[in-house]
Amino acid sequence: MELKRTVKFEADRDPEFAYWISHTVGGERIRHCLQCGMCSGACPLSLYMDYTPRRLMHLSREGFKEEVLSSFSIWLCTCCYACMVECPKDINITHLMYALKERAIREKFYPKRFPIPVMAREFAHMLLRSGRITESWLVLRIFLHCSLLRLFGMSKLGIKLLRSKRLRFAHEHIERREEIKKLAESVRTAKERMAL
Amino acid sequence: MPEQVTTSENSVRDPARIGVYVCHCGNNIAATIAVDEVAQYAAGLNKVVVSREYKYMCSEPGQAMIEQDIRDHGLNRIVVASCSPLLHERTFREVLSRSNLNSFYFQMVNIREHASWIHDNRAAATEKAKDLVRAAVRRVALHRPLEPRRVPIDPAVLIVGGGIAGIHAALTIANAGKQVYLVEREPTIGGHMAKFDKTFPTLDCAACILTPKMTSVGAHPNIKLWTYSEVMKVDGYVGNYKVTIRRNPRYIIEDLCIGCQECITACVYKAGKVDDEFNLGLSKRKPIYLAFPQAVPQKVVIDPENCIEFKSHRCKKTCVEACAERGAIDLNQKEEIKEITVGTVILSTGFKTFDPRRRPNYGYGRFQNVYTSLEVERLINASGPTGGDVILRDGTRPQSIGIIHCVGSRDHNTNRWCSKVCCMYSLKLAHLLKEHTGAEIYNFYIDMRTPGKNYEDFYDRMLDEGVHFVRGRVAEVSDWAAHPSEKGKLIIRAEDTLAAFVRRIPVDMVVLSVGMEPKEDAHDVRRMFNVSCSSDGWLTERHPKLAPVNTLTDGIFICGACQGPKDIPETVAQAGAAAAEALSLISAGCIDLEPYTAKVMEEVCCGCKTCIPMCPYDAISVDEAKQKACVNEVLCKGCGTCAAACPSGSIEQNFFEDEEIFEEIAGVLTHA
Amino acid sequence: MKFAYYPGCSLRGTGRAYEDSLLAVFRALDIELEELEDWNCCGATTYLSFDELTSYALSARNLAIAERMQLDIVAPCAACYLVLNKTQHYMHDYPHIDQLVRGALKSIGFDYKDRVKVRHPLDILWHDIGVETIRSKVKAPLKGLKVAPYYGCQIVRPYATFDDQYAPVSMDRLLEAAGAEVVSYPLKTRCCGGSQKGSLPEIGLDLLSYLLIEAKKCGADVIATACPLCQFNLEVFQSEVGSRQRPISMPIVYFTQLLALALGAPFSDIGFKYSVVPIQPVLRQKEIACA
Repeated sequence: MELKRTVKFEADRDPEFAYWISHTVGGERIRHCLQCGMCSGACPLSLYMDYTPRRLMHLSREGFKEEVLSSFSIWLCTCCYACMVECPKDINITHLMYALKERAIREKFYPKRFPIPVMAREFAHMLLRSGRITESWLVLRIFLHCSLLRLFGMSKLGIKLLRSKRLRFAHEHIERREEIKKLAESVRTAKERMAL
Repeated sequence: MPEQVTTSENSVRDPARIGVYVCHCGNNIAATIAVDEVAQYAAGLNKVVVSREYKYMCSEPGQAMIEQDIRDHGLNRIVVASCSPLLHERTFREVLSRSNLNSFYFQMVNIREHASWIHDNRAAATEKAKDLVRAAVRRVALHRPLEPRRVPIDPAVLIVGGGIAGIHAALTIANAGKQVYLVEREPTIGGHMAKFDKTFPTLDCAACILTPKMTSVGAHPNIKLWTYSEVMKVDGYVGNYKVTIRRNPRYIIEDLCIGCQECITACVYKAGKVDDEFNLGLSKRKPIYLAFPQAVPQKVVIDPENCIEFKSHRCKKTCVEACAERGAIDLNQKEEIKEITVGTVILSTGFKTFDPRRRPNYGYGRFQNVYTSLEVERLINASGPTGGDVILRDGTRPQSIGIIHCVGSRDHNTNRWCSKVCCMYSLKLAHLLKEHTGAEIYNFYIDMRTPGKNYEDFYDRMLDEGVHFVRGRVAEVSDWAAHPSEKGKLIIRAEDTLAAFVRRIPVDMVVLSVGMEPKEDAHDVRRMFNVSCSSDGWLTERHPKLAPVNTLTDGIFICGACQGPKDIPETVAQAGAAAAEALSLISAGCIDLEPYTAKVMEEVCCGCKTCIPMCPYDAISVDEAKQKACVNEVLCKGCGTCAAACPSGSIEQNFFEDEEIFEEIAGVLTHA
Repeated sequence: MKFAYYPGCSLRGTGRAYEDSLLAVFRALDIELEELEDWNCCGATTYLSFDELTSYALSARNLAIAERMQLDIVAPCAACYLVLNKTQHYMHDYPHIDQLVRGALKSIGFDYKDRVKVRHPLDILWHDIGVETIRSKVKAPLKGLKVAPYYGCQIVRPYATFDDQYAPVSMDRLLEAAGAEVVSYPLKTRCCGGSQKGSLPEIGLDLLSYLLIEAKKCGADVIATACPLCQFNLEVFQSEVGSRQRPISMPIVYFTQLLALALGAPFSDIGFKYSVVPIQPVLRQKEIACA
């Protein structure tokens, strides 16, 4: 039996993280969370999570950044909004999950070759480049980055899709691609200017 | 402390000699406003003879200071700049009357709630205080002497609502020898408490402790009990309320009915046909019925919506036959309108339970074995639809029961408040259901709220009895099985927050602990009696701590659950308090009303009658002989509507005369 | 009645059957559709995890184009419907997002005034056209076909003002108008797992198996969906779900496909050729024309 000491000192808290979560979009009412557990009860994926949504809310507002950003839970969330519509305090839990995902990706709190952040990155690059997503190429690129072996495992599925003509390989794109780049650039400069 | 003697001025009224007093109110005002500066400034104002500042003007030394100055300096007007008039206007007016000055030669300036408590900027707040004081000084110079109106208090009391609150208040007042009119909408008194099985924390049988009081009410010589009746109109003012009450027809002559119930047995319907309201629809009753066995008054009622005779006029009328000897059934009975005069009114209209259909994820109405707590009270009650046997709608007996706390409460989507009693009654139901069925009981709660006397011991007792407590608000009640053991059951899905994982618990019966809400017609009631209620619908007390049963309307008191969610001990305490308030007024025999009434200057009035329909209190009438408007000072409440509406400006209101108001405005806007 | 049609990337990829059938239904009901000019990907739920603020700007470009076209948008894909609505709501609720997005749109020449409404086909068919009109135009009622209506999560939560979020009925009523028998399906709004099947296969599979097994238990012949990802998940992984318990072979179709069939559109034109689990055996069994 391995002994594990789990006292948390106030120095273990990250006040910046606690401040950030209660001031980011959707987190305005996180201090009001009663810890009632209705979000976890409604969440279809809470049964697999290491920290249920309720626990994540409390850990986040107290500033336990390590635990929150390295949890499995934030990647399991499918953003189905079941938690948010039930919450008796109107806390936008789904949006906070998005914010935590974004921060975890930015600060690289995930195992290498973990498919979800890889997908987020590949998706974003494809969108910025072409304005639209070509599903087939997106999936290929994700598997190339994550696990070649898995890709071969999906070959049966691939053949099924090819046969039913649902797999298209022609690159989808919009006409005015420069508009996408301009939009992204405008947002980037605005964020800097508004210190967001 | 600076003083200044003013030069006399040409003024229409007595030359004013004003004393200004600026209060520190400890730190409440002094921390934000430079009170010495304000007092010094006031000293330089026209007609101000004395100007002082002091730590606590409302204290005895503070008041004595004013009295001394009135004697020494011949002051005849006083301005006190301190807190809200609601708190101490009366105090300072009494100071004036003790010094033989008319108490309305006084003006109070609120530099606390209106200045120091709402601003951070010291310089700006001090300037504002000076502006307000200047305005008051200019106004007070024009004050006229006024006398409060003294009105007698009629010793009769009207109590609206015959639940435990109304019953207790009625008995208290009746025992004091005063006449009580108790008006109740339902055919019987008793309210919600009559439906309960046992009450927490003593597990007293609700009916056993309630019915003796109900019988006392029915038999008391000083209580006129009008059930199946509703208040229609209220006119008048404290001490003299004229109330119109409609007595709905029972189609039974009350004085003749002895409650033998032969008519019910004889009814052409052999079995019940209509949802029994007392049993919350769990059983059926006949169109002719008695609400419940211990109903007071023990008089039968006929429901015209469901009685064949009223719908088709083709009934054999076996009920009339059964009562041939006494002849108590009168199918032609009409509603009766009663008009009474009372001095005070107590509102004890009660509450309603949250409709669980507003929370569809709990399955009420979709799954037949989901019940509300009130329905379960009837189910476990020996006089209920199943005689106390817990038999579900599908005929089975439950072996596992889930009790869900906080249904409708503590939720931004439905009701924000905590309903105070649900944790306790959920524990009570857990105990009673376990006793009746031996089932596995699960209570799902967010916080366990047991604040009253012996309540925590009651919780301990339930912990002893092996009830499962799962801390987690239930997300859904569904009937689809994710595991073979769940087949055919209702599944409760919740996170067990203390264990930190999700649990699925299959049960046979789900009990929803529904919260308390104001009655649907709360806003109509408050309009009729001219009291206020919050946006939620709870009737508003005058002060949450110091005046919980008074309202802002003199002579009208509130008690019980209509004021907010509460349990029976608190309800009875409030009912006693309201009775005491009413008796206190009755004992005094009269009350002084503020003299802020309107008066018509006959020489200016042109008889256009614009003011007559404006008055919300019907206090203005036309003097036919003179063709002039005439205000009944006794009915007038001083709202000012007529004074504002009069096209010829011939109506003036005491204490709010045009000149006084213009001086005040000028004082605020112009720097001296 | 005319709308700007926003297909979204899926309807041009694996969700082609949705597009074909939707166009057929709207054609049969005389609703004019004009494809949103040069539409771009809305960002779906993925871009929000990458860069929230840019995601709003990208999706708002479509709103601005629709405003220029002076038409409201119809977005059949559940994720697109959600993201476009979300962008409008967030711009309304948060001034800094509004400022940022409008600034970005201005930089590409759009003066966005937020006059566009984003609608879902279920909303338009149920409220604007109405069940009675559809019933009157049905040529080949789907008599005897038992359908489990599956809404998924993103249409009913959190911005669906057109239907109840716990017990939605729009799809039920439309399918009933088409003559089908709609079974009572308790999991009609439970999440299918979205893209988790790709990243976390066992979990994704678990969620799907509940949905499929329950539909079978309720006696459904087919499941009707309104989201391309739900349709994909439910259809394509059935062999994996089935082999773990008992074999499952249930056709998963778009509700528009069933509606189009009932309204008399030719079988070959409404996307059944893209099915992995064919619907023909079921239709033949119920003697519904599938030629």
